Amino acid sequence: MLTFFLFAPAIGALLVLFLSREQEQHSRYVALLFSLLAFAASILVFVNFDPAVEGYQFVNQFDWIAPEAAGFKIQYMIGVDGLSAPLVLLLGMLSVVSVLISFNVDKRPKEYFAWLLILETAVAGVFVSLDLIQFFLFWELELLPMFMLISIWGTGRARYSAMKFLIYTLSGSALMLVGFLVLGFEVGSFEISRIAEATLDEPLVPLALLFWAILLAFLVKLPVFPFHTWLPDAHTDAPTAVSVMLAGVLLKMGGYGILRIVLPIFPEQAHDFRYLLAGIAGFSVVYGAVITLQQKDLKRLIAYSSVSHMGYVLLGISALGALGLSGAALQMFTHGTITGLLFVMVGLIYDRTHTRQISEMSGLMHNMPVIGTVMLIAGLASLGVPGPSGFVAEMTTFLGSFEMHPFATIAAISGVVFAAGYILWTVQRVFHGPADEKWAHLPDANQWWERTAMIVLVVAILVVGIYPSLLTESIQSGIEPIARIFEASA
Amino acid sequence: MSGWDLIHHIGPAIAMLIGAGVVITADVILPRGRGSLVPLTLLSLAAAAIWALWHAGAGTDSSAFAGAVVMDRFAVYFILLLTIVAAAVVVASLDWAKELDLAGEFYALLLVATGSMSLLVQGNDLILIFIALETTSIAQYVLVGITRRDRAAEAGIKYLLNGAIAAGLMIYGFAFLFGVTGSTSMDGIGEFVRAGNEAARLPLTLAFVLIAAGFGFKMALAPFHGWAPDVYEGGPTPVISFLSVASKAGGFAIALRLFYTGLGGGDTFISQDWALMFGVFAVASMLFGNIAALLQKDARRLLGYSSIAQAGNIGVGLAAVAMGSTLGASGVLFFLGTYVATNLGAFFAVIAISERIGSYQISDYAGLIKRSPVLSAILVLCLLSLTGIPPTAGFIAKIYIFNSAVQTGEQWLVAIVAIAVINTAISAFYYLRWARTIVLEEPKDETRFSATGPMQAMLAAAAIGVIFLGVVPSPLLNAAQRAAEALR
Repeated sequence: MLTFFLFAPAIGALLVLFLSREQEQHSRYVALLFSLLAFAASILVFVNFDPAVEGYQFVNQFDWIAPEAAGFKIQYMIGVDGLSAPLVLLLGMLSVVSVLISFNVDKRPKEYFAWLLILETAVAGVFVSLDLIQFFLFWELELLPMFMLISIWGTGRARYSAMKFLIYTLSGSALMLVGFLVLGFEVGSFEISRIAEATLDEPLVPLALLFWAILLAFLVKLPVFPFHTWLPDAHTDAPTAVSVMLAGVLLKMGGYGILRIVLPIFPEQAHDFRYLLAGIAGFSVVYGAVITLQQKDLKRLIAYSSVSHMGYVLLGISALGALGLSGAALQMFTHGTITGLLFVMVGLIYDRTHTRQISEMSGLMHNMPVIGTVMLIAGLASLGVPGPSGFVAEMTTFLGSFEMHPFATIAAISGVVFAAGYILWTVQRVFHGPADEKWAHLPDANQWWERTAMIVLVVAILVVGIYPSLLTESIQSGIEPIARIFEASA
Repeated sequence: MSGWDLIHHIGPAIAMLIGAGVVITADVILPRGRGSLVPLTLLSLAAAAIWALWHAGAGTDSSAFAGAVVMDRFAVYFILLLTIVAAAVVVASLDWAKELDLAGEFYALLLVATGSMSLLVQGNDLILIFIALETTSIAQYVLVGITRRDRAAEAGIKYLLNGAIAAGLMIYGFAFLFGVTGSTSMDGIGEFVRAGNEAARLPLTLAFVLIAAGFGFKMALAPFHGWAPDVYEGGPTPVISFLSVASKAGGFAIALRLFYTGLGGGDTFISQDWALMFGVFAVASMLFGNIAALLQKDARRLLGYSSIAQAGNIGVGLAAVAMGSTLGASGVLFFLGTYVATNLGAFFAVIAISERIGSYQISDYAGLIKRSPVLSAILVLCLLSLTGIPPTAGFIAKIYIFNSAVQTGEQWLVAIVAIAVINTAISAFYYLRWARTIVLEEPKDETRFSATGPMQAMLAAAAIGVIFLGVVPSPLLNAAQRAAEALR
């Protein structure tokens, strides 16, 4: 089932590429079909996932490269635990949404949908890989589709942003590979769980150095200050669907990597550097929020708010306790749905107005009531109003981190105040106020695919907000083993 | 040992050298028989490959000519690699050779170069190594200038002058080595090194640095790389495609033999010096090759600098070999195997494209995906493999060779690997910028074209190789490891 989830989009991509020129217009339906299949598989995985059982489920494993000489055995090994199961579900859902909101892509649709599907497989591979080299393979595989999607279908300075994204990620992940290889040398295996169990005494490279080499890749991806500058550029210039994927699941690869690889393998180093990490996190939240307030471009605004919100994830992680870690994991899911929805809405507005400048918009509510309302829901969810899912995640994170990092947490909570400011102010400027004649002829969200995309995400946000244990049960079963490491050492 | 046994050991080289004679004779006595040149060339390459395979089937490693020539799995691996490269170049350059008035000489020299290189990879004695290396070099000097156009002749002369200096340094090094160790045979040298005579350290260092200069020239490893960009740009591209992989493979093969067997299998009193020297060369190669490649606008020059940078990647493996790692040796072998598919694919695509658009400027490659989707896709695929992006062969090759360096358990090699992976990020910039020009920009004109039949077949083979080795690397990996074990 998991293997099907992993490779269904890739198969879809191949099929799309083999469509003839005349059938090019059908590529969107092929893409939709395969992303739906993957979504169905992800739902089945999530539903059949048993939180009571600890460890990996749906494990599928064989030796991929097992040469006769020792030292380079690489497994194909996939599986999910409570940590990755929600992310698998999130990915399945957001992929369908991204395909749906791309239905109006007319420029080279065949290649577009093929890259989008390959991107889904790459991210899926990161979430389910249990072997370090396999993890790295999918981590790198994700670069190319993103590079192509941003540079070909992007707007503005798309080529610059695509290259910036590529260089940041590649530089970040370069040292990660060295870290992985050293770990493989020390333990004699690249299997993540075996490395986590092993004790590394007298390592080749000081563990603190190794810790940072690997962590850096994830901090760049997350991203937090000062490695965040690629994100606003990439977001602003990317096509809508890519922004959704980027904010929704790609950033989660960073947080997931820390939870899956860094914490279990380097608990002591994480403990040593927890104040520094919390400091980075708190600063990121406030810095991101302050910068967000000054944005004039709608998409850039949401991009910077992501920097602020991903700071919460790092803050929760740096608390190194069950509550904070669960909050971080939950925040990843909710941020994926909420910010995904925000980018969908901004994309819809841009499709109609062809501008993203906030100052040029006014009173859009008059002829776009649906878009306006959904935007308001997403905005409220984003600033953490009780009801939608954002509140639960942020609350859990703060509760978990306050004890260990009171100052960073207080700083981070101020981020919520800023969020209220920039979200409400933006909604007010864009949707309220006098109706602008210029925009009077614009239609509301009237296409079935636009509405479906919105409904899926709004339902997800509300359901998780009202009934969080749907996710938290699974997340807790994933967090528990990690939290136990720190409880034991404390 | 009977005469047959002797011939048996150098069979592949004999097959190719006789083939060269036959081809050049046929060219003279059959004035209308140019059509028979290609089949004859391919036939003698096939004979050489089958001979080598036959030996691999027998599975015994043995030596002849008083130990000067060895026929082991290591040699067989390289002979197969070299004959495949030569055959691919012959097929891919069919159209180009039709225009060439010296076609007979081209095929004959190609066979001489390949044949003497196959003797080189079998070489276990300094004298034989020198003779084989010089024979192949001379054939290649002429090949570079074979069109007799100004640029090609200039490139040929440059290559000759650089090569002559490198050869001079190398023979000087050989002389030192013989003087110190009292032996020209690798085994003898290895024994001397293992004995660990501390007083011999300085002269040995001198000898090996000089020899490394000679081999570094063949591998295009900095600081002996100066010829590469100019020769790549000026020489006829089909010849360069041969040089870029075959010459490099030959250089690394003999370096592996000398710096593994000749150094006593690693873990001797001078291992650390050697490893460090290759580490420095590798770092210099990667940094210089990558940074210079960033500035290139000509496809051939870019590939030239990229080949220097790639030599640096392989050099990381060589440094591991000097520390006595057979994993490193197999890493070098595997990398070269994937490099054959990748670099030949890139070169063939450049040949096919530039022939049609009449330019090697990268800016003229704009929008090619619309004009020739298949050719462009293959070129992009090969560029991805050169960068090391999954799921191509280049990804596995890089990880494998870097892993072998880490597996030696040397801290400074880990540092070199760190430099190497950062260089990979730098190289992505120019490889992917080129790929983006092809995929993204608007074409200058819309005429569609595709490659000719034989070229298409070779490109397809390269593309399949790049993907296949990226997804199912085990067969080649195992072959490389068995070949590397033969070095003991």
